[in-house]
Amino acid sequence: MNQNPKPLWRPHAAGLLLGLGLLLTFLLTGHGLGGSGFTTALAAKGAQVIAPAATQSNAYLGPMVEGGNNPLDSWITWQVLGVAIGALIGALSARRFKWTVDGPTRLPNAGRLILALLGGMVAGLGARISLGCTSGLGLSGAATLATAGFLFLGGFFAAGALFGLLTKRLWT
Amino acid sequence: MIFPMDLSIIVTGLLCGLIFGFALERAGFASACKLTAQLRFKDWAVFNVMFTAIVVCAIGLYLFKLLGLLSMDDVYVPTAYLWATLLGGVGVGAGMSIGGYCPGTSVVGFMSGKIDGFVFFLGIIAGTWVFAGAYDWLEPMLQALPGPDAQTLPQLMGVPEWVVIVGLTAVAAIGGWLTTKPQKQH
Repeated sequence: MNQNPKPLWRPHAAGLLLGLGLLLTFLLTGHGLGGSGFTTALAAKGAQVIAPAATQSNAYLGPMVEGGNNPLDSWITWQVLGVAIGALIGALSARRFKWTVDGPTRLPNAGRLILALLGGMVAGLGARISLGCTSGLGLSGAATLATAGFLFLGGFFAAGALFGLLTKRLWT
Repeated sequence: MIFPMDLSIIVTGLLCGLIFGFALERAGFASACKLTAQLRFKDWAVFNVMFTAIVVCAIGLYLFKLLGLLSMDDVYVPTAYLWATLLGGVGVGAGMSIGGYCPGTSVVGFMSGKIDGFVFFLGIIAGTWVFAGAYDWLEPMLQALPGPDAQTLPQLMGVPEWVVIVGLTAVAAIGGWLTTKPQKQH
């Protein structure tokens, strides 16, 4: 029996499914798909557990936990749970699931993980500044033809390409 | 109007998320290598997948509206804030080049076994705390130079919606034609 991973879909096939799924989301709910809405809710909840007083007095996180409100009690939590299940089904059914550390091929694992943490922090900070990430603004926003979606994508690809150039030597 | 249905309930969250996660996995976006290869211009899958999805969804929304089935007034359209939207995009783009993922794809990566996807996810939480800590200082910039509420490209450019959709379709088609080569496995 063949144990190799199944090939990826062609980009246009995956994009077609993604576009139809996004269209379905708009028709059912009136809004698109997201990612950083969930990490923000989780950050607010986590901060509340670790430092309740500081969280309540924080100008940004305070209103999210005000009056005993649970920021995780939200549609986006279920949607991200769905993303995780869908991705797991995808990885397992294609025999692609494998515990590994991806990332710059010329770096040892520790270096890759440090960069992943650093990159995550930069992306997390960025997604709060713009009130959305690649999913919420870049994909969902642009699909409604919102100026904001294309402005975000312009910044995303320009900075991505610049830092891609700077980190090029870390990859073979 | 039948749509949108205002069904922001558990089952639609799980269903829509499941399609999203599965499509991203099949696109190869569980891999930091594949995602960042776009930003080094070695692999055009990110561009092609995203632009195909944007065009497919935009055409779908346009057709549903044309048929009188969809009220676009009830569809969420984000508002642009010149500095915040642009700088946020810069942060997310730089973050992907440095760390390999974006918020959504870090979940997809972890679900296919990528430890660095999980660490990136933890980094996002930490970055959100940094933002919260600096909120008072950042706030004036966040609201600076707002565009009109929920403005779209057709409104910005003063052209009919179909012109923009045709333009985007052309960009997607030409981009796809120039960049689709035999696929390499990452």
